[in-house]
Amino acid sequence: MSEQAVLEVRGLTRRFGLRTAVRDVAFELWPGEVLGIVGESGSGKTTLLNCIGGRLPADHGSVMYRTAAGYSVDMLALPEAERRKLLRTEWGFVHQNPRDGLRLDVSAGGNVGERLMALGHRHYGRLRQAAVDWLEHVEIETARVDDPPRAFSGGMQQRLQIARNLVTHPRVVLMDEPTGGLDVSVQARLLDLLRRLVREIGVSAVIVTHDLGVARLLADRLLVMKGGEVVEGGLTDRLLDDPHHPYTQLLVSSALSV
Amino acid sequence: MRADDPVLRIRSLHKSFTLHLRGGVRIDALRGVDLDLFPAECLVLRGPSGAGKSTLMRCVYGNYAADGGSIRLAHEGGWAELVGAAPRLVHALRQRTLGYVSQFLRVIPRVPALDIVAEPLLMRGVAAEHARRKAAALLERLNIPTRLFDLPPATFSGGEQQRVNIARVFIARYPVLLLDEPTASLDEANRAVVIDLVQEARRDGAAILAILHDPAAREALATRVFDLAPRLAEVA
Repeated sequence: MSEQAVLEVRGLTRRFGLRTAVRDVAFELWPGEVLGIVGESGSGKTTLLNCIGGRLPADHGSVMYRTAAGYSVDMLALPEAERRKLLRTEWGFVHQNPRDGLRLDVSAGGNVGERLMALGHRHYGRLRQAAVDWLEHVEIETARVDDPPRAFSGGMQQRLQIARNLVTHPRVVLMDEPTGGLDVSVQARLLDLLRRLVREIGVSAVIVTHDLGVARLLADRLLVMKGGEVVEGGLTDRLLDDPHHPYTQLLVSSALSV
Repeated sequence: MRADDPVLRIRSLHKSFTLHLRGGVRIDALRGVDLDLFPAECLVLRGPSGAGKSTLMRCVYGNYAADGGSIRLAHEGGWAELVGAAPRLVHALRQRTLGYVSQFLRVIPRVPALDIVAEPLLMRGVAAEHARRKAAALLERLNIPTRLFDLPPATFSGGEQQRVNIARVFIARYPVLLLDEPTASLDEANRAVVIDLVQEARRDGAAILAILHDPAAREALATRVFDLAPRLAEVA
């Protein structure tokens, strides 16, 4: 196992005034691994994700990222322009609310093609073809390629947001409650899709979810957060079948069926 | 027949559960288990309910974390220590070395039976078409009607789900197999198929650790028995 972690988070801390929302969080993310972060609302999981993804400044800590080119950079200390470039080209961020991650008045095809254009792709025919292929991947009728996402259902918007993020074959994807506000049947379809895409592309992902069933299906490994700290971590089925920390035991025993 | 070296070596295995929601009650499930498992044998764990048979098996599979002792597994030419192993190592072991038939199938919404069975081969990089053909052949052998292949097993009967669960493990070769009541919810014909599958794997050299309450299956499969004494002590 000489493989190197793609992401190494160390001592990450974020305060809001006197309240510490994330305290001294550390973990590694390995190539092709899906890491789930679970915990109830207010436990700091979304704040943690936002700090890692550069959407919120951290007060302390580092996020060492091994780039496609093979060198290691601290995402939190990079000059803004370089950080933005990496986030746009090698990372993806899937928001809980697809309206935060899509341009609602640009066509579905445009939403997918935009990320490729940011990488310097200019050939219209190829951009359109890539968009059509990805709509198929995420099970959106290709006839809808010119419709704006405003006209899509919530489940379709979420699948489009995933296509927009994965079209560039990112190496790290951060997802905040990706199945959040969806109906159960729509959620099942999305879960199936995510499982398949993660395996096909071999992307590494961090998924924040409060739903232990979602975590069981998608994550290789879990971290449990409470009050801004990681209280327990480990292999997904070990953590859910043999929880050690009192809070994890409470969480698992409160879930409907995992 | 018994090869010289074990493929699984358990020493002074301890496992307890602390139930924080019940005022911190501690249950000692395993207190110092020593066990060797050899290739081409089927070792049956015996003991009353609560003796820790399933707990022992889960400690080996890694979904229970042992408190102390050692569980070493022959893996890709070396030894892997499972007690305290990193999740990535456990994943690698499960992909290549360690197969586990649990008592219940964990269904995945929307994923058809055929794909659930083919998945372990796909994870090993086998071509999709070949994996699906092999999955279909195995499901047929286990008397799952062809019309069910493309349906997610959530609505299958208990026995059908269990056979999907069995097919999912026996589709790939694992040097070590853990079988927790594989024949429990099966009728006689299907039990015979499962007994054949286990025998074939054993003759192929697999080392098998099994819990078998069903006397017919135990009679047919066990080459050795390991007794676990009941340990029901609770420590406040």
